Amino acid sequence: MYDALASTAHEPGVPKPDPIMVASGLQRSFGGLHAVDLESLEIQRHTITSLIGPNGAGKTTLFNLLSGFDKPDAGEWHLNGGPLVGIPAFQVARQGMIRTFQLTRSLARLTVRENVMLAATNQPGERFWHALFGKWRDIEEANREKARPLIERFGLDHMADEYAGTLSGGQRKLLEMARALMVEPELILLDEPTAGVNPALTQELLEHIIALRDIGMTVIFIEHDMDAVQNISDWVVCMAQGRIIAEGPPADVAANPAVIDAYLGHHHGEVP
Amino acid sequence: MALVLVGLVLMQAGPVFAQDEGPSIVGVLESVENELREPVPGVTIIASLDGTVAGSAVSAEDGSWVISVPGPGTYEVELDVGTLPGGVALTDPDRPVLDNVRVREGQAKTVRFQLGPGISAQVGDLDRFLDLLVIGLKFGAIIALASIGLSLVFGVTQLVNFAHGELITLGAVLAFFFNASPLGPQWPLVFAAIPALALAAAFGWAQERGLWRPLRRRGTGLIAMLVISIGLSLFLRHVILWLYDGLPRSYSDYAIQREWSVGPLDIVPKNLVIILSALVILGAVGLFLQRTKTGTAMRAVSDNVDLAESSGIDVEHIILITWIVGTVLAALGGIFFGVTEGVQWDMGFRLLLFVFAAVVLGGLGTAYGAMLGAFIIGLASEVSTFWFDVQYKNVIAYGLLVVMLLLRPQGLLGQRERIG
Amino acid sequence: MIQWDNILIDAGRAAIGIPAAAYAMSALGLNLQFGYTGLLNFGHVAFMLVGAYGTAITVDLGGSLWLGIPVGIALAALLGLLLGFPTLRLRTDYLAIVTIAAGEILRLIVRSSGAEPLTNGVFGIQAFADEFFDLNPIVDGRYGIGRFRFDERTLWVLIAAWALVALGTWIIWKLTRSPWGRVIRSIREDEDAARSLGKNVFWYKLQSLMIGGAYGALAGIILAVDQQNVSADFFIPLLTFYAYTIVILGGPGTVFGPILGSILFWFLFELFDEFLFDAVAAGWFGDVIETTDVGAIRFAAVGVGLMLLMAFRPQGIFGKREEVLLDV
Repeated sequence: MYDALASTAHEPGVPKPDPIMVASGLQRSFGGLHAVDLESLEIQRHTITSLIGPNGAGKTTLFNLLSGFDKPDAGEWHLNGGPLVGIPAFQVARQGMIRTFQLTRSLARLTVRENVMLAATNQPGERFWHALFGKWRDIEEANREKARPLIERFGLDHMADEYAGTLSGGQRKLLEMARALMVEPELILLDEPTAGVNPALTQELLEHIIALRDIGMTVIFIEHDMDAVQNISDWVVCMAQGRIIAEGPPADVAANPAVIDAYLGHHHGEVP
Repeated sequence: MALVLVGLVLMQAGPVFAQDEGPSIVGVLESVENELREPVPGVTIIASLDGTVAGSAVSAEDGSWVISVPGPGTYEVELDVGTLPGGVALTDPDRPVLDNVRVREGQAKTVRFQLGPGISAQVGDLDRFLDLLVIGLKFGAIIALASIGLSLVFGVTQLVNFAHGELITLGAVLAFFFNASPLGPQWPLVFAAIPALALAAAFGWAQERGLWRPLRRRGTGLIAMLVISIGLSLFLRHVILWLYDGLPRSYSDYAIQREWSVGPLDIVPKNLVIILSALVILGAVGLFLQRTKTGTAMRAVSDNVDLAESSGIDVEHIILITWIVGTVLAALGGIFFGVTEGVQWDMGFRLLLFVFAAVVLGGLGTAYGAMLGAFIIGLASEVSTFWFDVQYKNVIAYGLLVVMLLLRPQGLLGQRERIG
Repeated sequence: MIQWDNILIDAGRAAIGIPAAAYAMSALGLNLQFGYTGLLNFGHVAFMLVGAYGTAITVDLGGSLWLGIPVGIALAALLGLLLGFPTLRLRTDYLAIVTIAAGEILRLIVRSSGAEPLTNGVFGIQAFADEFFDLNPIVDGRYGIGRFRFDERTLWVLIAAWALVALGTWIIWKLTRSPWGRVIRSIREDEDAARSLGKNVFWYKLQSLMIGGAYGALAGIILAVDQQNVSADFFIPLLTFYAYTIVILGGPGTVFGPILGSILFWFLFELFDEFLFDAVAAGWFGDVIETTDVGAIRFAAVGVGLMLLMAFRPQGIFGKREEVLLDV
């Protein structure tokens, strides 16, 4: 258990001692339906925070809002104290917040290596004139060296020069993570990284997530597997119907009646 | 279907005027105002050869005139401006004489004087504005019929069908076959429209079953589908060009009508009929979408395919129905368009720009948005001719399309897309 | 009588002819947009028109041809900016809708009476490329073997056009093998993924549209210079879809696809055209197809060809099969 949060109250929207991300008043509705409607959310730096909640709770919509892929109807949020309202998704990424997708977005007709190297942020050859006349090969070579251990770490080295489209579903999840790491983000948002992945690989993925925290990143991840949540989270935030209904350490949230209620619908009294 | 197509090939009619033994110069005097063509009788035309009068004629009740000339040669043909009735003048007042009219042996040489409302007949601004409003409403009604199909199909399949314009042309051309082709049965247009629409429905069915469904089954991507639709558009358009050829033609009825005057408003009866019947049909489409089981299912599929499928709707069946309904509506729009503008091989492609403008303005995928957008585009483009030249009608429609994309890309009635 | 020898010679001439070079250029640009970036530009003809007219009008106003050509290209890039700005943040279809409309609208504006002082309306502008033909170093004569011959004027245009195509291909080769090319390919695969990695997707799409448009302009300029004529009604939407057929024939997203595609396209097009003409003349089809119908049927055939290629061979004639299997 992570000590910094030891004295933090176990209640929705509670302030954290050292938040990397602070959001307040975020709202987004789709024709009448309030997909996200939260008063306040703070994410503690250097932790793994799990975002849980029943289907349709607004978790992915929240990710979309935080990462700039969707625009909220109201509200503001900050990364390291810098406001992110109206900042386009690509700039959010450049400011150090990277997200992955529920349905893996591997770039099928790029090789695994190209997928990872694409994520490098320092390549001037990505600018048109530099591509034509500039010198980008040295940096490209350096990036190749940087990508190599990442590809190895995720066990994709034997596939490095194959099209990403030929990978299995689980391998694509690994690739997406390797790609995200190449950006060297401070905060990484993982949308159901273990969905549809076999148990052995799930365990491997979870270990990778813990390793991310240990090298100093902050992780928020959406997860349905409660065992996984219990095992690796420092903090758990539970959403239902667009709102945060509980926050706290894993064991605490799991025992919270409001959470059980949200997962089981409104049949609380009938639970055996 | 194939029989009809082969019939269409052979319907390119022979010469319009029966030839007498000797050569002649012929023509039809019509005053053209907006879309109304009115014959101009009682006008004297004189043909002369090397300064000598070779013959003359007075235009008949239907505006036609024939001057028999003594032999081949290069004639001068003059329209006696003094004999023009009030309110009619040469469009180009400096050209009452056409020289260099070369007549060959045995030929009935056609010459054309362009007539229109003269300066003296210039109507008041208010009258003109009201006329344009009516024409705009009519044009809007036609666009509305033509666009709903595109929008419905987009709703259920996410495909913008670039061959939609050809479905419009198909309706008009098929109706022409049953109405005015020398090889067809030459029924009145109201009856000719029935088999035309039935064939359009069959075509809608055939293209879903023969093309789009197999492509979806193969998992063809959206971009590939769009390219295929443009290929289909090229194919259909040029098959129609081959079979129908390049000339514009009119249906045998409703070609020429006198205006009805209601107070300051002048309405050509066919325009009123088009506006009213289009409104009735649009209303019926609305009822169909709101009240019938199929219509509700269609909206459900548009909204969310997965949800619709999991709630027991046969999505493939609904898509098929949508193609049929959409094709029939487009064909109907084409017939109305043909009544007012004539039937031509690329008429649908020309209308497609207005259709796109309408559906984007109203919101891609929303049937009611397409209707609303259509009337806005129809009115805006016609009324714009009050201030701007007719040739900029398209530009106005296009301008509205682009402005809408900049301000509210989801269109007037569309909703901001859900991501993820 | 089908005169196969003549047909094959003519088809061979068409395969390396000026239109083949011009459309290879046009297809290079479209391939950058469609094959590499995944943009659906259905109004490529608009860029061709702007290039040709930009050049002709500059010369008409007293400028040099050597000023006119860059002006035409720059105007086409500007057009890309104008068309891309409202559409490139939206679904692919919107770009297609706006560009196909823009192609027609521009043609109508250029031929309208209001634009006559600049464009000379329906009559177009002629004889603006003398400066190019004055440079022709080739001695008068006819060069080639048998019927397969070109006069010195055609040869001069051919050399210049294919040299430009070679230069254009080299630039595309350089671009698409650079990190810049990697970014635009990633946008083709999944623009949200590219965005999530910090790439300014909108700006890359805009660049691709503008650069592709500049290639389109150069194609228009080649055709216009060769004819010494621009006229609005030449630039019909069909030209865009020639370019699409060529790109898909040669293989989208390949460097040499557009050249191979154009050569093959014009060979087949001429072959089909002349064969059909001879067959009709020989009475094969009775009254159903007459010689006046050959034009329409050949365009219908391009439509069918485009559909079949896209449905069954989207990787092109020379493409690798496994790339298609990855197509999502």
